[in-house]
Amino acid sequence: MDMLKKFSQSSLALPLTALALLLLFNAIFVDDFFKIQVMENGNLYGRPIDILYRASSLIILALGMTFVIATGGIDISVGAVVAISAATCCLMLGGDISGVPAHPFIIAILAALAAGIIAGIWNGTLVAKFKIQAMVATLILMTAGRGIAQLLTDGQIITVYYKPFSYIGGNIPGVMLPTAMLIALCMVVLVILLDRKTSLGLMIQSVGINQNASRYAGVKVTAVLFAVYIFSGFCAGTAGLIESSLIRAADANNAGLNMEMDAILAVTLGGTLMVGGRYYIGGTIIGAITIQTLTTTMYAVGVSSDRLPAIKAIVILLIITIQSERFKQMFREWRMKRADKAAKEASHA
Amino acid sequence: MRKFFSNLVASPMFSFYVTGLLFIILFGFGSVSFEGFFSPQVFLNLFIDNAPLIIVTAGITFTIISGGGGIDLSVGAVVSLTCMSLAYLMRDTSLSPYLCMFLVLFIGIAIGLINGFFITFFKLQPFIVTLGTMFLCRGLTAMISRDSVAISNEEYGNLAFTSFEIGDCFISLGAVIAIIVVIIATIVLRYTSFGRGVYAVGGNEQSARLMGLRVDRIRLMVYVISGFCAALGGIAYSWIMLSGYTLHGLGMEMDAIASSVIGGTQLMGGVGFIPGTVLGVMIQGTILTIISFQGTLSAWWTKIVVGVLLCLFIVMQALVTEHRNKLMNLKAEDSGKKGKKA
Repeated sequence: MDMLKKFSQSSLALPLTALALLLLFNAIFVDDFFKIQVMENGNLYGRPIDILYRASSLIILALGMTFVIATGGIDISVGAVVAISAATCCLMLGGDISGVPAHPFIIAILAALAAGIIAGIWNGTLVAKFKIQAMVATLILMTAGRGIAQLLTDGQIITVYYKPFSYIGGNIPGVMLPTAMLIALCMVVLVILLDRKTSLGLMIQSVGINQNASRYAGVKVTAVLFAVYIFSGFCAGTAGLIESSLIRAADANNAGLNMEMDAILAVTLGGTLMVGGRYYIGGTIIGAITIQTLTTTMYAVGVSSDRLPAIKAIVILLIITIQSERFKQMFREWRMKRADKAAKEASHA
Repeated sequence: MRKFFSNLVASPMFSFYVTGLLFIILFGFGSVSFEGFFSPQVFLNLFIDNAPLIIVTAGITFTIISGGGGIDLSVGAVVSLTCMSLAYLMRDTSLSPYLCMFLVLFIGIAIGLINGFFITFFKLQPFIVTLGTMFLCRGLTAMISRDSVAISNEEYGNLAFTSFEIGDCFISLGAVIAIIVVIIATIVLRYTSFGRGVYAVGGNEQSARLMGLRVDRIRLMVYVISGFCAALGGIAYSWIMLSGYTLHGLGMEMDAIASSVIGGTQLMGGVGFIPGTVLGVMIQGTILTIISFQGTLSAWWTKIVVGVLLCLFIVMQALVTEHRNKLMNLKAEDSGKKGKKA
């Protein structure tokens, strides 16, 4: 009972409950939901693996977004940056049909990551140096980003035939788990280490709560802001690699479309408030997995992809309402009233 | 002379002047570069082609001015939902097109009420709530039909092609409605107590509350207005497209926000001028027209140019605000000195 009380008060309680309810729904209505098989080629296969696999790029984006939102900002350009990174990578590899890359693979990967980091530096400059509101500052790249990606690919969809490129979005031969999952896992470990072992997390929180006070306390606010936007750009670059490798092509119009919205949702579902301050890495990861589980579940019960947003919207509105202070207060009042009533009845008896 | 410039930069209308100047420069550039560009019809076409966006932007500007992170991301999806509902109502029922149009306006109002309720009652972030209703409307549109539904009602088609002649040129019904909406919105914001209340809430919520303004009610109204404008914009959109489709109005919310920012609205709230936002839409339209006249440039250049313009305006706004604050401090010091002498 004590454990239960402790759990219900922890910040992870709500996201975890939502995820658990979804999984329960799946366990009842979807056949063989939790079954994991080993395929002939040695890869693991099954819905839980599939969910984690599909959620990987969202998790990566959401990690970067968590830090940005914790500083009181927002980065709505990540979807466009995914497109830029995908375009850069495919451009470097080239669309040669014989499968010979134009540049070495490692250079292409580094170029894609660099594109993400440059985008982050741009956003960081506007927010940290010019003190422009984050939403407006990142709106610029969101608008121009897809144009830049199309400029890079000359409006074409570049298809890459180079075999190892597909390993990022698929499996490296001989490894049981999808590569995207492993990348996401590495990023999660990296972020948790940064958060726990350095004072960066504390500084990010203090910047999010009060910039001026942090400056007086000696926190380098500009540097911290710069760092979070660059990290968000880096995350978007990584997600761009995964997204383009999944379809082995760079589609400037559709790569990462609406992913910024999903990433922001994942962060919010995880309990981080958009005003900045406290943030929950674990919550974000669970939020991202919840969104993907919802998607997979809906596909499994036969809801089409274009109708899915309606159900997603209802779930999201429900969860954020339950998380709101006003709702918690109403719930407390209701419980107190009930306790009063019970006490009165007891005294009457 | 220097003082004149200094005061001009500090005046609240400065962004509007700059936007106006930029529009004239862009239009002038087009007129000089391309034959046949400088004609009243090309100018009127800007209104005709962008009528839905102008109406939607007028609505979204209310939410941005109201501050507190106020924004309405659901407008594009509401446009899509109204188009689809209109197409569905006219295909599967025998209701008069006028009644259909009247009914779909309530969709916008309902979505606005939902947005406003969650934002004011549960104190949730407008960004997340309107993102939710955006998904909701897109999903609902797909639930009505996944395929494109054509509007083949004859009466409605006639209405869509209604045009008014001005001299040698013409203007469509949608454009006329857009202009009317802009005039009403400007008057409401500048000259009614509600409009001033919106500015007050956006400028400083705490002060507005202490002044006795009903902050929550104003916030709610702002989202209802935005929803209503989105539905009206949807009707104007259906006059252009004559169909309902899930991908109608995709990304329109971002175009509207960008227009609003180019037009001098500050996303922090409290600052904004509707005619300026119209110029913002017209600037985007002019860029598109120039690109189509030029012929060889691809459409994605629009996005890049709009991005660059956004960047210029935002940096300008940041500098202007700084200048204004400096001027205010100077003035305060001056009056302080005078007070001491007296």
